[in-house]
Amino acid sequence: MEQVLFAIYAIAACGGALGVVFSQSVVRMAFWLVVSLGATAGLFFLLNADFVGATQLLIYVGGTVVLLIFGVMLTSSSPFASLKMTPAELLQGGFIGIALFGVFMVSVLAVDWKHVGELLDEVHPSQAASGFNPAGEGNTARPLGTALIGVRFDQDLWHNDGTSSAVKTTPSTGYLLVFEIISMHLLVVLIGAAYLARAKRRESET
Amino acid sequence: MTFFPLAATLSDWFAARLSFLPGWLFPEEGATLLAATIHTLLITLFFGLPALIFIWAERKVSGRIQDRLGPTRTGGRFGWLQSIADGIKLMQKEDLTPQVADRFLFQLAPYIVCVSVIATFIVVPFSSGWVAVIADSGLFIALAILSLEVLGIVLAGYSSGSKWSLFGGMREAAQMVSYEVPLAIVAVIPVMIAGSMNLIDIVDVQSGGFWNWILFYHPFAFLAFFVFFTVTLASNKRAPFDLAEAESELVGGFHTEYSGMRWSYFFLGEYAGMFLVSMLGSILFLGGWWTGLPFIDNTMIAVSGELFAYEALSRFLGMVVLLVKSSLLVVVQIWIRWTLPRLRIDQVMTTCLKYLVPISCVLLLGTAVWPLMLATAFQRTTILSPVGERVSRPVIKTTSNPEDAVTVRGREAEDRG
Repeated sequence: MEQVLFAIYAIAACGGALGVVFSQSVVRMAFWLVVSLGATAGLFFLLNADFVGATQLLIYVGGTVVLLIFGVMLTSSSPFASLKMTPAELLQGGFIGIALFGVFMVSVLAVDWKHVGELLDEVHPSQAASGFNPAGEGNTARPLGTALIGVRFDQDLWHNDGTSSAVKTTPSTGYLLVFEIISMHLLVVLIGAAYLARAKRRESET
Repeated sequence: MTFFPLAATLSDWFAARLSFLPGWLFPEEGATLLAATIHTLLITLFFGLPALIFIWAERKVSGRIQDRLGPTRTGGRFGWLQSIADGIKLMQKEDLTPQVADRFLFQLAPYIVCVSVIATFIVVPFSSGWVAVIADSGLFIALAILSLEVLGIVLAGYSSGSKWSLFGGMREAAQMVSYEVPLAIVAVIPVMIAGSMNLIDIVDVQSGGFWNWILFYHPFAFLAFFVFFTVTLASNKRAPFDLAEAESELVGGFHTEYSGMRWSYFFLGEYAGMFLVSMLGSILFLGGWWTGLPFIDNTMIAVSGELFAYEALSRFLGMVVLLVKSSLLVVVQIWIRWTLPRLRIDQVMTTCLKYLVPISCVLLLGTAVWPLMLATAFQRTTILSPVGERVSRPVIKTTSNPEDAVTVRGREAEDRG
């Protein structure tokens, strides 16, 4: 069942990505991008990563793509903006794309995934931290929240097989400071963009 | 399969009951598939039914507000069958696509609106434990999926190849992008009070009487409900925020070029969306499936886990209570639509950016500071309960059947409190 669902979502993600590349109209590209990103969110849900999946939907599909379409609607001069490519651009883009795809394929195929899985099972047995709502069912909000402030259920609090052998001596670092710095950066960028846009208009008015 | 937590319990139920069937008739995944089908059917029902009822209610209420009778003949005295008659009419209409339209996107846009609303019902509980997916970040997922609805509207406006539609779509995009900010901030307030994004947990802390509802938790939460209601009006493009369709200026706005079933999909989506945000509002602020009367609430808690029939009955009662609360909110939405005039686009933007965003930020800060202030000044967690006790309410009984996910969840909420 999970295999079937994975296949559906994976095909939708890849098909959407191909649709972005091969469609001419910008808004259709945006639509295919939605299909691709939405299917990626579906893959996250399938991997029991509810929070990441919802974030993917909210930020990329609901936010970025809507802004993209909004921008196209505001700026395009003709009713349906389309991108025509010259053969040279096609050749360049195709070459870079195929090269990147080749690199990815080589590195993915070079790994013995079965062995990696066995190794991972030794370090982190596929068993979620108990208590509250088990993270194995996609209830990752609490572990994520505590990891943000520096407490990792899976590393700091969780004992392998009930003994304290696996407790680390140094606690994990939180992500709160990093998160705050990034959000401050985004805020600065936002205010700067707004300021620049307004300043230009003010000059042209005078 | 752990992807559908409650479906897993329903599928366990099926697996236990139907295990006598031969393997070719009932394969290993059959129980999960059967449970998923039942969930999907129920959710689709809850998508279609509100539209049917509230379109009739809208006609009736608007008629009364304008000193008319509304529909009176279709199906007896009160025009009960008006929505069905509408539906039959719309199905018979020709499915038109303008020649200049982007045919593919034009035909697809209504489905995006519908699917995003249907999909949101997946994480919204109808009663204690009656939910397709119990998700720890349920509220977040609900808001994330609901935000996709705007995409359908914008695509419809753009792909119609009509200036009216384009204007409607652009207004909708501008409105939604800005109203999502206060919506998200205000939705965090109940999360902070309940300490969970799980919609079932949020309702669980509101049991025991209407004074435990998050609405009456503190003044900031009280105001937050009204901000939430205003913002959801805007996010559903209901008057006075219905600039996307503004029939006096834009013919029909984003749906000018649509006809027949595709047109009605937009309105199915809109009415189901109205009902959905009303359900979210009831769950977040108005006590969800709790009646607000302590003797009924306490009975509902006491019988949970006692006997299957009692528990089912109490859950059914909870569902009725929740549906009544949300229906009342929908009626208020209709009432507002036929009372207030439409705002201009600049007024809509001013309302959001200059008023609602700062107000919601202040409410968020107030929610953060209030418990601290109460604890330091009066040694109390809430106005009604002393420090250490979250909400004064009876202990949810330990069940004889510890596998019952919902009661276990209730116990955990108790331990956490």
